[in-house]
Amino acid sequence: MTAETTTPLVTIRNLHFRRGSKVIFDGVDLDIQRGRVTAIMGPSGTGKTTLLKLIGAQLRPHAGTIEVDGHNVQRLSRAALYQLRQRIGMLFQSGALLTDLNVFDNVAFPLREHTQLPAAMIRDLVLMKLQAVGLRGARDLQTAQLSGGMARRVALARAIALDPMMIMYDEPFTGQDPISMGVLVTLIRRLNDALGLSSIIVSHDVNETAAIADDIYLISNGRVVAHGTPAELMASDSPWASQFLHARPDGPVPFHYPAPDYAADLGIATGATP
Amino acid sequence: MISESLRQIGATTLTQLARLGRANLLFVQILAGIPALFARFRLVVQQLYAVGVLSLVIIVVSGLFVGMVLGLQGYNTLVDFGAEESLGSVVALTLVRELGPVVTALLFAGRAGSALTAEIGLMKATEQLSGMEMMAVDPIRRILSPRFLAGFLSMPLLAAIFSAVGVLGGWFVGVGLLGVDEGAYWSQMQANVDPQEDILNGIIKSVAFGVVATWIALFEGYDAIPTSEGVSRATTRTVVETSLAVLGLDFMLTALMFGA
Repeated sequence: MTAETTTPLVTIRNLHFRRGSKVIFDGVDLDIQRGRVTAIMGPSGTGKTTLLKLIGAQLRPHAGTIEVDGHNVQRLSRAALYQLRQRIGMLFQSGALLTDLNVFDNVAFPLREHTQLPAAMIRDLVLMKLQAVGLRGARDLQTAQLSGGMARRVALARAIALDPMMIMYDEPFTGQDPISMGVLVTLIRRLNDALGLSSIIVSHDVNETAAIADDIYLISNGRVVAHGTPAELMASDSPWASQFLHARPDGPVPFHYPAPDYAADLGIATGATP
Repeated sequence: MISESLRQIGATTLTQLARLGRANLLFVQILAGIPALFARFRLVVQQLYAVGVLSLVIIVVSGLFVGMVLGLQGYNTLVDFGAEESLGSVVALTLVRELGPVVTALLFAGRAGSALTAEIGLMKATEQLSGMEMMAVDPIRRILSPRFLAGFLSMPLLAAIFSAVGVLGGWFVGVGLLGVDEGAYWSQMQANVDPQEDILNGIIKSVAFGVVATWIALFEGYDAIPTSEGVSRATTRTVVETSLAVLGLDFMLTALMFGA
């Protein structure tokens, strides 16, 4: 293996980010290895989606560096950043399909914007991408006619239209019925291996994600609290990993949002426990 | 108490100044995207349809009624002085100089401006704009610039149609119903409407209104808070701000053009 293929595709070092006074990331370090499916997991509101936007340079960190394929994304010129983004597919939670276009035109959109290919070739490419997600027959549907699962698969076909090196999935399993969930789980793994991609999945669906991830980072309170293969983490004795992966209601992440003393809040004499 | 209200005034001023800054920045970015559109004029044609053609019904119907009212009111005023022969020039001058550009711009804000804001605000709320950015497509150039150009081109055409239909409405009431001499209606109009002084100034007004109305609609959509409430507020702001801007601008332009 050459150095090119062994260095991580994405390297994040000492990442700090906040929204207003709320600290989202407080010194995150993580590596996304080439050719693997890396999952980033954590409770809702830990900034998992924000992390994807930082990697795609839609947001700027307050400190720290993010390198994608050797490029520091904050230092790239606009043109270079757009070049890099053509090699990154992103699947938004909502699908983010363009509602004024049908399925075919949505998948053709990046090809038409970025290539000068003749219409016949674009048609073939679009049909191949739709075939890969099982929706070749749905090419003429309007986006409003798609179910949530189908919309995500169309968005996936669009994300692989330009043959990217990496796909970022934002909560791909949220709100899916068991069948679409199973389809998406299989598709993500299969596309990763068949197309030689690297994948980043941001999710809090433990079982589905653990089934296909090679590598998992658990994030909480702005920091990476655990990292390893799914098997390592499942067996981990870290209280945090154990609470999250086994879905226990109380633990290092408390059931109660921080609040003043309950008794005092109710106006009962201090000392009396409710 | 006083310091609190001072603080609030300061905060509001800063917020508004920041909005103004973002609006100007967006305007420059939209203009920067226009040259590339000549190679893909299909994008503009689609928007000319959405912004211009679909506004035709409301413009034509309103123009007709405004013209008819002008015919009626003008006749009633003029007939007292025995000057009803001048009805044609009164109707035409009022429409070409003032009502054509102004009422068209107000209707445009309600029909096309609100639609533009809602469309772009919803595209933002459903992550379509963000998705485009991640596909390395600049949403300002791909979505906003064609819409701006379409609004800019549509407004003077719509205003011209409004005035033309209004003149016919005035003719219908004045000549058709109230018995003003047909030859006098048209010849008075021909003699008193100056192509440069009146028509050109009217066109300049409607071009200015087109720029302002489309700019406000696009900015409000692009700057909307991406929730259903945020988009609904932005849509309301578009109509209110455009109406105020058009009326204020109209006074200034009128003072410059006809004031001396």
